[in-house]
Amino acid sequence: MAAISADNHGLRLATRYAVLTLIAIIFIFPLVFMVMSSFKPDLQLLRDTSSIRAFLPVGDISTDNYAAAFQRAPVGLFVFNSVFVTGVTVLLSLLLCSMAAFSFVFLNWTGRNVLLSIIIATLIVPFETIAIPLLLLVSKLPWIGLEGFTVGWLNSYRVQIIPWIADGLTIFLFVQFFKDLPRDLIEASRVEGASWWQIYTKVVMPLSGPVIATAAILKFLVMYNQYLWPLIVVQEETYRPVMVGLQYFFQLNTAWGEVMAYLTIITVPVLAFYLVLQRAFIASIASTGVKG
Amino acid sequence: MMASKLTNSNRAGWAFALPGFGLLTLFIVMPFFFAFFLSLTNQRLISPNPTEFVGLDNYRNLLSISVLTIEPELDDAGEIIRDADGMPEYPRVRTFTRNNPDFPEYAGMREWFRWHSGDTAKVVVATDVVFWKSLRNTLMFVLVVAPVQGGLALGLALLINQRLRGINMFRAIYFMPVVVSIVVVSLLWRFLYAEDGLLNSILHAVSFGLFEGRDWLGNEDTALGAIKAMSIWQAVGFHMVIWLSGLQTISPTLYEASSIEGASKWQTFRYVTWPGLRNTAVLVLIVITMQAFALFAQIDVMTNGGPLDSTTTVVFQAVERGYGKQDISGGSTISVILFLIVLTISLIQRYLTREK
Repeated sequence: MAAISADNHGLRLATRYAVLTLIAIIFIFPLVFMVMSSFKPDLQLLRDTSSIRAFLPVGDISTDNYAAAFQRAPVGLFVFNSVFVTGVTVLLSLLLCSMAAFSFVFLNWTGRNVLLSIIIATLIVPFETIAIPLLLLVSKLPWIGLEGFTVGWLNSYRVQIIPWIADGLTIFLFVQFFKDLPRDLIEASRVEGASWWQIYTKVVMPLSGPVIATAAILKFLVMYNQYLWPLIVVQEETYRPVMVGLQYFFQLNTAWGEVMAYLTIITVPVLAFYLVLQRAFIASIASTGVKG
Repeated sequence: MMASKLTNSNRAGWAFALPGFGLLTLFIVMPFFFAFFLSLTNQRLISPNPTEFVGLDNYRNLLSISVLTIEPELDDAGEIIRDADGMPEYPRVRTFTRNNPDFPEYAGMREWFRWHSGDTAKVVVATDVVFWKSLRNTLMFVLVVAPVQGGLALGLALLINQRLRGINMFRAIYFMPVVVSIVVVSLLWRFLYAEDGLLNSILHAVSFGLFEGRDWLGNEDTALGAIKAMSIWQAVGFHMVIWLSGLQTISPTLYEASSIEGASKWQTFRYVTWPGLRNTAVLVLIVITMQAFALFAQIDVMTNGGPLDSTTTVVFQAVERGYGKQDISGGSTISVILFLIVLTISLIQRYLTREK
């Protein structure tokens, strides 16, 4: 009896792993295809797509596509632009959105509820629907910079950064998290004479690790993967981010090997970053995700 | 919220909220109202003529739709003229919609689709057929993707919510497509869906050669379905994690109790797990629906709305007209309509899923 159930157990375990692995293959195979193809010459790449060879590093393997991709487009510049825009936006977003949420949750002031309702309402406006009016708006906005007073934000870093700093979702995530923090702590600090800024920086933010991680990750993904917005506001190469840089690879004769190399270059760092942090990554989303 | 004197501070309150709220107002709220205003004008990106206020004309052009009943052609003897297959012959739709003073209400409309009742043909005509197609495609996308993606995500969450060596690795892999840009994913899937691509090879192999390959994205009947499948694949991991967070809030004692009671797996799911996931379900449903309505990048990369407008979507139309064709007012009108649809649906969802 014991032997049978042990066998049974082993079989069930094996089945479970088989199912899990099969599903894992479904989720990973296009990425494997991408990486493998990036090392193959075009003809072989296209021929291989009709068989299992598409996922194997077989045939004429080289890094020629990578060299060619760097020849064709300023890949380093695009990656820098994306990383710069993403980094600055994420930092500013965390700061301003958490400050706003802090004010909504811990402070009592006139107009608080109205403002919070407006912010929640923006959650149901898909960005794509305001892209065009936003384009008209930013093309008329003034700016004072090193070159003096200018009008129009097109072709710049700021046009990719500033409109994306504040968003309803990030504020909402912080609000939900702050609601569960002990209020006594805030009031006690207040009694001891701490300023609001001190309470925000010394008391609240140090307790907010999980929500900071979640908000940062979600914002990072949105910003690094930006497509429509930079497509319409950035025509100059100098400020182009990675997704728009793809256009360089779709000219008359698409060199698919180079496309795959470029896709690998812009995707693998994100994947590596994600895999290193994945535990914290998923755990933090899981711990802040649903507290509606 | 509690009102303690200690937390009363108008000055600090505004000071903390204003930077974020100000940016949000400038870059989200204002453009939204701007879109609403533009939809009432004939604004174009570059135009020699001044912008004029046109009232609801843009909405009328987009939304005008009606059903035209057409009687078959009769011969001199009053008999219905039939073609070789015995089908009645009808006058062409354009005889009603072009320069026909008897039917001013149909002027400028084009045929969308038709059906027959008896010998009369009912023809649905609209001023902007492409917009109606985009609306239909978007709704079909939402109606399939929301339940399927939500359901599969729940299944995956249940699957990986078990104690098993290496389960974290599987969880990480299932989430991976979420991290990758949808633009990259769409490009990769174009290879899978190609006529000599991998999907056809697999189907050919498992059907022992019976299945003939097809160009999944180049075919009117399969293009939207192919995009649905890919979209589900791409984002299902995200919703899996949200479900997982819901699963982890359910108290283990409930599961112990149900196992002591001898409940079956299904009963445990039905009476313990599912009720505990209520709030999560609402969240997942709302998030998926909103994402699905915003369908754009996949279309832009994979099909450009084709073949024959079979994959065009509302957002794709808004961008194509507003930016591609520089018809700002037309694009804005579509945006406002989409907003109203999303608003209505989220209100309905709130109502249906309210706490009883």
